Amino acid sequence: MNGFLAIFRKEMANFFVSPIAYTVIGCFLIIAGFFFWANVSLLSLVSLQAANDPSITSRINLTDVVIRPLVQNMSIILLFLVPLLTMRLFSEERKTGTIELLLTYPINDLGIVLGKFLAAVSVFLIMIVCTLSFAFIMLTLGAFDIGVFLSSYLGLILMGSSFIALGVFISSVTENQIVAAAISFGAALMFWVISWTSSFTGQTLGAIIRQTSIIERLDSFLKGVVTLSDVTYFVFFTAFFLFLSFRSIETQRWRG
Amino acid sequence: MIEVMGLTKYYGSLAAIRDVNFSVNAGEIVGFLGPNGAGKTTTMRILTCFTPATSGTVRISGIDVGEDSMAVRRSIGYLPENVPLYDWMRVRSYLEFVTRAKGVASSDRVKEIDRVSGVVGIQDVQTKLIRWLSKGYKQRLGLAQALIGDPPIIILDEPTIGLDPRQIREIRNLIKSFALNKTVILSSHILPEVSQVCSRVIIINKGVIVAEDTPENLISGSTRTSRIQVTLRAPEQESKNLISGINGVSTVKTLAPFDEGMLTLTVESQQGWDIRPELARAIVAKDWDLLELRSIDVSLEDVFIDLVTEESGDILTKESVIDREVA
Repeated sequence: MNGFLAIFRKEMANFFVSPIAYTVIGCFLIIAGFFFWANVSLLSLVSLQAANDPSITSRINLTDVVIRPLVQNMSIILLFLVPLLTMRLFSEERKTGTIELLLTYPINDLGIVLGKFLAAVSVFLIMIVCTLSFAFIMLTLGAFDIGVFLSSYLGLILMGSSFIALGVFISSVTENQIVAAAISFGAALMFWVISWTSSFTGQTLGAIIRQTSIIERLDSFLKGVVTLSDVTYFVFFTAFFLFLSFRSIETQRWRG
Repeated sequence: MIEVMGLTKYYGSLAAIRDVNFSVNAGEIVGFLGPNGAGKTTTMRILTCFTPATSGTVRISGIDVGEDSMAVRRSIGYLPENVPLYDWMRVRSYLEFVTRAKGVASSDRVKEIDRVSGVVGIQDVQTKLIRWLSKGYKQRLGLAQALIGDPPIIILDEPTIGLDPRQIREIRNLIKSFALNKTVILSSHILPEVSQVCSRVIIINKGVIVAEDTPENLISGSTRTSRIQVTLRAPEQESKNLISGINGVSTVKTLAPFDEGMLTLTVESQQGWDIRPELARAIVAKDWDLLELRSIDVSLEDVFIDLVTEESGDILTKESVIDREVA
């Protein structure tokens, strides 16, 4: 436990001593803020035009016009930015050789993997918590569905953690940070878009592909539906890649 | 303290070390000597639990490395060859990280960092970024992290590589000073260093131990001939003929080129024969000028090259070994 905390603190220090965390969080908030502003502006414009037509006013609300597109957009930004958070976690240690010392300290391999994973998750959570300011602004604008808002954020957080676990694993198999970032992004994107093929791949394969696709899972969270199968999907996704990272460290030990 | 039995490690089909056996007693400083790629680092990596062995056992203080890796890791301080440090960290926060990673109780951390900093002499760079430290200070910091937690065994891979002569001496003295109550294994290319610091030397080549003894025994054991260097003013061929005729002389070689009538010869004689008095008398009787006459000690370097050459069977001159070291 001591070792895990040591790794966690070291990784957090690395994120915040270097410009990494500030840059990634900054970029994320600027782009997310831009989408929020654009969506709110759109809402006010549409509301003005629809003021005379009561049949569409009911469909123009903060939940549909602002929250849902915003969370969708944030999830796409995360697809780009999460690999930048995770790419150096193991690659850098392998490149500089510090992994050799780390693996001879009395810390078990799982502690090292979890310490690094949770440090990246913490930076990601800081990023997400900052976007809660949007919710406070929306409270002054009108009513929205708190349930949908919370489930969307839960989906976003679960998805982000999954991407981080994937990134941690990719980072553990290469000592080149650019390669780690590129593969993490590519792999995450594949999980994202794979469901597009389900319409022409036949029934059985199509069903499997739909089950593995991230976008389908996130979609139900955005609708305000939190199902056990969706939550377990993300939890297993995360646990699976953390397990692979753990095994990857073990293989590196054997290779020396 | 350390028992290594039948240690073998394969990387793919390539054996890095084969059937390595040795043991180290508490309080010893053992030098690991060998050319690059001999298996020194591999052996150290197995001892420090970085990599598991293909076969064989390692017991540290009676604990098997494979059985209780955590207990073994707690009792070893390790400094890898290229001194890997987090160069974005400050010295103090790096040492804090190491105390946490090594599980030093939080109440003792400050005391431990101060103690180790004092031992290796890095008190005045505590707030510096590791990136801006000189090579010598980085090496000291590397030693400091190995010493944190006060492990009874210290394993140092090439602790003086890349340092200038003054820094080498400082590091060597440091190792000697903290070695009083610790067991130390260090690897090195620099042979005089090993003979000065270590009480025992293990010479390893191509993954196999080729010799293991004190530096003194290694040197005396290998002295099959005694060598004398003589400088005189005389015609080359005539003087060579004369010296070859002296009882006990096995070979005579010209060392320095013929220069203004001056000549330097290396004379090898059988062990136990002191040919110096007779040699001197013969030269003086010829009425030649005898300028210098001295016997040459065999260095650990000669022993090392002898052993390594014998084992590998390739033509390895002193120069080529030095070239390798430089490379």
